[in-house]
Amino acid sequence: MTIDPGYRVVIGLETHVQLKTASKMFCRTSAAYASAPPNTLVCPICLGMPGVLPVINAAAVDLTIMTGLALHSEIPPHAKFDRKNYAYPDLMKWYQISQYDLPLCVGGWLEINADGETRRIDITRVHLEEDTAKLTHVVGDDGQPASLIDVNRSGVPLMEIVSEPDITSAAEAMAYGLKLRNILRWLGVSTANMQDGALRIDANVSVWPSGAEVGNAKVEVKNMNSFRALGQALDYEIERQIALYERGERLVQETRGWDEAAARTVPQRTKEYAHDYRYFPEPDLPPLSITRERVQGLAARMPELPDAVRQRLVGELGVAATDADELIEDRDLTAYTLDVIERHGGPAAEVVTWVLQDVRRLLNARELDVADIPIDAASMARLLGLRAKGDLSTTMAGTVLEEMFATGKSPEEIVAARGRQISDTDALVEIAREVMAANPQAVADYHAGKDRAIQFLMGQVMRRTRGQANPGKVTELLRVELGGNGGA
Amino acid sequence: MIDREQVVHVAALARLALSDAEIDRMQADLQQILQAFEALNALDVSDVAPTAQVIPLATVERPDTTEAPLSRDDVMRNAPRVERDQIRVPAVLTED
Repeated sequence: MTIDPGYRVVIGLETHVQLKTASKMFCRTSAAYASAPPNTLVCPICLGMPGVLPVINAAAVDLTIMTGLALHSEIPPHAKFDRKNYAYPDLMKWYQISQYDLPLCVGGWLEINADGETRRIDITRVHLEEDTAKLTHVVGDDGQPASLIDVNRSGVPLMEIVSEPDITSAAEAMAYGLKLRNILRWLGVSTANMQDGALRIDANVSVWPSGAEVGNAKVEVKNMNSFRALGQALDYEIERQIALYERGERLVQETRGWDEAAARTVPQRTKEYAHDYRYFPEPDLPPLSITRERVQGLAARMPELPDAVRQRLVGELGVAATDADELIEDRDLTAYTLDVIERHGGPAAEVVTWVLQDVRRLLNARELDVADIPIDAASMARLLGLRAKGDLSTTMAGTVLEEMFATGKSPEEIVAARGRQISDTDALVEIAREVMAANPQAVADYHAGKDRAIQFLMGQVMRRTRGQANPGKVTELLRVELGGNGGA
Repeated sequence: MIDREQVVHVAALARLALSDAEIDRMQADLQQILQAFEALNALDVSDVAPTAQVIPLATVERPDTTEAPLSRDDVMRNAPRVERDQIRVPAVLTED
């Protein structure tokens, strides 16, 4: 969408990320709520029973620090948790343990590509808190409106990444979200699936007439459960706010939800005083000291991040930028490819092409994940080695790959059974001559200027050799044997 | 100085329905409590680092291991009402 140049768009994103831990944030109850029947993953701490005390999950702190490091944040030596008070039954305690003024990670940036431009979006902070219970609004069994509470999700570690209001379009917001999701997946800190609610992106959007002072009013847009929805909701909201100004109205601060079916944002009723949270230091949790040793240890544990891998693929290994971009979307496929590249030793660009095209097609056809790929990197590298040596043509290598997928056999075994590519000149000349003698019409057509006739003859040679003739060589030999081409 | 309006606001946040007499009493009580804290203003703390706690403790963390939760029957023991294995409460506004 092109934005009216008479307006300036200011968007900040708040991204909530469920962390991939075994247990909840402040208790030892399992965090695997998605597959559990209602209220079966609940303990006295989840219920906020009198006298219980929260204990911090070290893994959640580690994963948050790793995320901060990936986003170039500062990790201060002291952090603390705070109590965010609000009266809503999605937390049994009536408060959420969150972080207010001393978060685990401060500052940072994320580089994005949108609309053909590379930009840095500044990160304000990354902090840790607990997820809430799931509320379902229903008509109860007595016919009265009611809310039902499933406490399972309550207390699941939730990381919040807050961006500065640096984003100026829906396209940039989507680029930011996709980039962030990829980093979270590479780090292994979260499944980051939006559909499951493991990744939730809320946006603060305000549009101002160009040249006018940027005011305080902003609209918080929520309920986008896919990247498509995120883009649509922001485009809609930007247009809506511009239309407000065009009608001479003012922007009103409010929370709006994306209504997928109606394809528009609608005002959400929020509680009066909802933003008066009366934060204060969490009395049940003394401050956290984050040692430099811990931060260094986590930094050492971090995998190479997608941007660095992309740089290496393009800069050192000569892979096309578009292929590298496509590949780094998938961490596991990238790891596999890098393994094959190292073992193969041949041109990396060729390996990437094979993976992105043939391997991925075969994986998709069998609905397999990269983790379940039936051929290991060593076998794949050996197959490409056979291809490089000339034992296999490209087409034959594709056929062998398919058979490897289907049977799990090694490339050598399959080649031994099927035979290698025939590149021997004498043998091919003999076959070419036989084919020409058997197809005088095609030879005549060729001499009459129909260059296409050579394809027919080529096909005949392939038939006789059961596809094993070296195609480049056959074409070359046929042209020599046929003599002058009457046409082309 | 805490005024009456602030008392009413804080009571609303805490979902407390206070009578006029109770508001008066709370205003006086809160005023007294705040005055007690004001005594701290007499101290010169310009060379003391701000802190959120008064005992010299750093928090502890635990390894990411799980243990068995409560049985659902126990979870529901204090629920005002149970429906579809969940805690039923009067309808509340949608707020994510």
